[in-house]
Amino acid sequence: MKYSYYPGCTLRTKAKKLDAYARASAKVLGFEMEEIENWQCCGGVYPLSGDEIASKLSSVRALNEAKVKGQELVTLCSACYHVVKRVNDDMRNVEDIRLRANNYMKLDEPYLGETEVLHFLEVLRDRIGFDEVKKKVVKPLTGRKIGAYYGCLLLRPSEILGFDNPENPTVMENLIRALGAEPVIYPYRNECCGGYISLKDKELSKNMCDTVMNSAESFEAEMLITACPLCQYNLTKNAQSDVPVIYFTELLAEALGVKEEVDANGSF
Amino acid sequence: MHGIGVFVCHCGSNIAATVDVKKVVEMAKLEPGVVHAEDYQYMCSEAGQEKIAQAIKEKNLSGIVVCSCSPRMHEATFRKCAEKAGLNPYMVEIANLREQCSWIHKDIEEGTEKAVILTRAAIAKVNLNTSLEAGESGVIKRALVIGGGIAGIQTALDIADAGYEVDIVEKTPSIGGKMAQLDKTFPTLDCSACILTPKMVDAAAHEKINLYTYSEVEKVSGFVGDFTVEIRKKARYVNMDKCTGCGVCMEKCPSKKAKSEFNSGLSNRPAIYTPFAQAIPNVPVIDPTQCIKLKTGKCGVCEKFCQAGAIDYKQKDEVITQKYGAIVVATGFEVIKLDNYDEYAYSQSKDVITSLELERIMNAAGPTKGHLERLSDGKPPKNIVFIQCVGSRCAENKGKSYCSKICCMYTAKHAMLIRDKYPDVNVTVFYIDVRTPGKNFDEFYRRAVEEYGVNYVKGQVGKVAPQADGSLLVHGVDLIDGKQLKISADMVVLAAAIEPNPTVRNIATMLTASIDTNNFLTEAHPKLRPVESPTAGVFLSGVCQGPKDIPETVSQAGAAAIKVVGLLAKDKLMTNPCTAKADELLCNGCSACANVCPYGAISYEDKLINDHGIRKTHRVAVVNSALCQGCGACTVACPSGVMDLQGFSNRQIIAEVDAICR
Repeated sequence: MKYSYYPGCTLRTKAKKLDAYARASAKVLGFEMEEIENWQCCGGVYPLSGDEIASKLSSVRALNEAKVKGQELVTLCSACYHVVKRVNDDMRNVEDIRLRANNYMKLDEPYLGETEVLHFLEVLRDRIGFDEVKKKVVKPLTGRKIGAYYGCLLLRPSEILGFDNPENPTVMENLIRALGAEPVIYPYRNECCGGYISLKDKELSKNMCDTVMNSAESFEAEMLITACPLCQYNLTKNAQSDVPVIYFTELLAEALGVKEEVDANGSF
Repeated sequence: MHGIGVFVCHCGSNIAATVDVKKVVEMAKLEPGVVHAEDYQYMCSEAGQEKIAQAIKEKNLSGIVVCSCSPRMHEATFRKCAEKAGLNPYMVEIANLREQCSWIHKDIEEGTEKAVILTRAAIAKVNLNTSLEAGESGVIKRALVIGGGIAGIQTALDIADAGYEVDIVEKTPSIGGKMAQLDKTFPTLDCSACILTPKMVDAAAHEKINLYTYSEVEKVSGFVGDFTVEIRKKARYVNMDKCTGCGVCMEKCPSKKAKSEFNSGLSNRPAIYTPFAQAIPNVPVIDPTQCIKLKTGKCGVCEKFCQAGAIDYKQKDEVITQKYGAIVVATGFEVIKLDNYDEYAYSQSKDVITSLELERIMNAAGPTKGHLERLSDGKPPKNIVFIQCVGSRCAENKGKSYCSKICCMYTAKHAMLIRDKYPDVNVTVFYIDVRTPGKNFDEFYRRAVEEYGVNYVKGQVGKVAPQADGSLLVHGVDLIDGKQLKISADMVVLAAAIEPNPTVRNIATMLTASIDTNNFLTEAHPKLRPVESPTAGVFLSGVCQGPKDIPETVSQAGAAAIKVVGLLAKDKLMTNPCTAKADELLCNGCSACANVCPYGAISYEDKLINDHGIRKTHRVAVVNSALCQGCGACTVACPSGVMDLQGFSNRQIIAEVDAICR
């Protein structure tokens, strides 16, 4: 199975691990991620201004490229997933944006939201299946207690993203189970880390990150996994806790037995 | 002599503000057949009706058009008026200038244009109307009440006291409904069971009331005054005549893992059970999904211990057919499922409970014998947070748009009872608004705040976070102080919205009674006919019609009963003459009409027909006018246009369409 792949800027710089472990894991799991050509930054934040289309065009270009190839579009970064999927929803349902974006793009055939946007976790859950993932595990993480941290961008607005139950998500817990570890369920796993507020008001972000980390620690999590580079940054830099926060793909690569290989080749 | 009169009503300013009524009169006068047209402020008033009657007599009118409100409102009024003036009541047509015109338009020019067109269509129709005579049908002097909660019990008692036979069909093993599950009732705090059980006993003992418990309505046919209903009596596996209600079977039953419905799933019950100690009838049922004997063939403990020999594993469901003159729906409510409200951690913590569950916890016969305990560890809570409007008044699709109406009062009751019995427990209530209209209701709520020191916080809760130490951190907002709050609680109670019992959809379909988007049954008129369904002979009692508390339910139950009694007291009912009729000269007996008839009103006869001198036998459709409800399905289905609805013939409808398109 081949998917179009939209890595996004952070995965080229700060979050190379998120990308490298995912590619290696995909190989083991038997699917291919074909990076789309000439992708541009998604903007990092879904543009809320109603009359602005310029900031949505990079997403539309990526979506259209996947459509031309007849492939589903996979992302890894929570922010990219959030922006690209919401823009796709606009292209499906908001007549004004669809019309103006297509008028500007002058594509051979107008883009009407045909592409399906998937997060890598959705590929694991809905296309591969966690039972299959489990079968490919060579180094089960038995005995480890690992918490999932979702943040907000993966989950909300849930009626558009349709990713998981925003108040009681389960996809990463099921992944942790499939990898042989024990998921730690703590109440703040779907709360915000502060996101970009960290640049403007570090104290606020620190408070938010401490709430998350202290809660995870109190439920005896040894480690947290996340899909978002910004969450990973905030939780690592802003919270006082020593509990490591890593990308879910690193955990996956470890269990699938390809982590060392990536580490040996990678320059993180 | 043919002459049509047109009467345009202002309806105060309801119509006249958006429709130029004078212009409608002028335009009507130009229509073929119209010999009289006038307008008046209130046509339905006595003076207005007098104008109509006078014109009918003076101008010798052969038909009239009243341009007014919906025919559902006043068609009967104007038909009666015409009849008194000597005109056949079916020579009256209504042009609906209010609901279908003035109320939905703003522009007077557009409104007037549409009003003229609607009037024109009604005139075109009435030109083709023929006099019709209503027939008569009998009334079966027996009523059916669907649902045996307080609404159904009260309705049945009131009908029976008036001297008529009533059957109550209740799907659970006992009557009593939700009220039986409640501990105390607001605003007087009397014990729910103490005031309900005597009524249950009265209903069971009443010589005119017959209980079908553990039974469901399966099929309804017929019409007002003459319904035929099939009732499925589910197999109890216990012989009702032999059982003495000693209860030894329930004690000895080895299968005790089923969740008790009565205790809201907070305790277990045996496979053979009565829902609660005061159940009526006091005869247990065997739950076939739990019974070891019925599932595997081995066990039979209850049979061995039953002194009366009442256990019968071979009992089968029984379907009985009964005739009724009137049917009352009293199917009540359920608490909504909280799947869409995971932010309150109901599925994640045992100490987050619904108010109905708290009701069972507070009850001496409940799972904790009336002691206020956390369900997780049995410890007494010290800090309790109540969250109101969980799923009520919800702007999103995930909840209900309406106010569940009873939650403000029962939450005040719970808060007060807890502070009274456990003064060292802190109680906080998060609310959007406190809505306590009702006799002695607001005083009750104020007592909770002022005398019992319940901490009311205006604001909503965003999250209930279960902590590692077993406590619950409630994240809320105080809108008056403009502050975010974090309250550490050890129990959280959710005032979950109520919704109509899910079975009501099926029942409404069987009765052809209409329901709204929230599955509440619709009234014939929201103000003037609140206990009647638009379907004749079907009446509404209790929460199936809309959220209400016990006093309101009992009042409505009585109102529904008097409507039923009013119907059953009649010996004859006028039938609607607007029924289907087949032209037997043209009918070829294809059965298309009978296939679509929802009332089974069409049959076929072989008739000897003289067709231009050739005598031959034809299979032709015959409509039973007593069964026909005039829905018109057959007229559309008939491939040769043979079926016609009297009063709504194909010619009349086409004339209306022509008039509109002219």
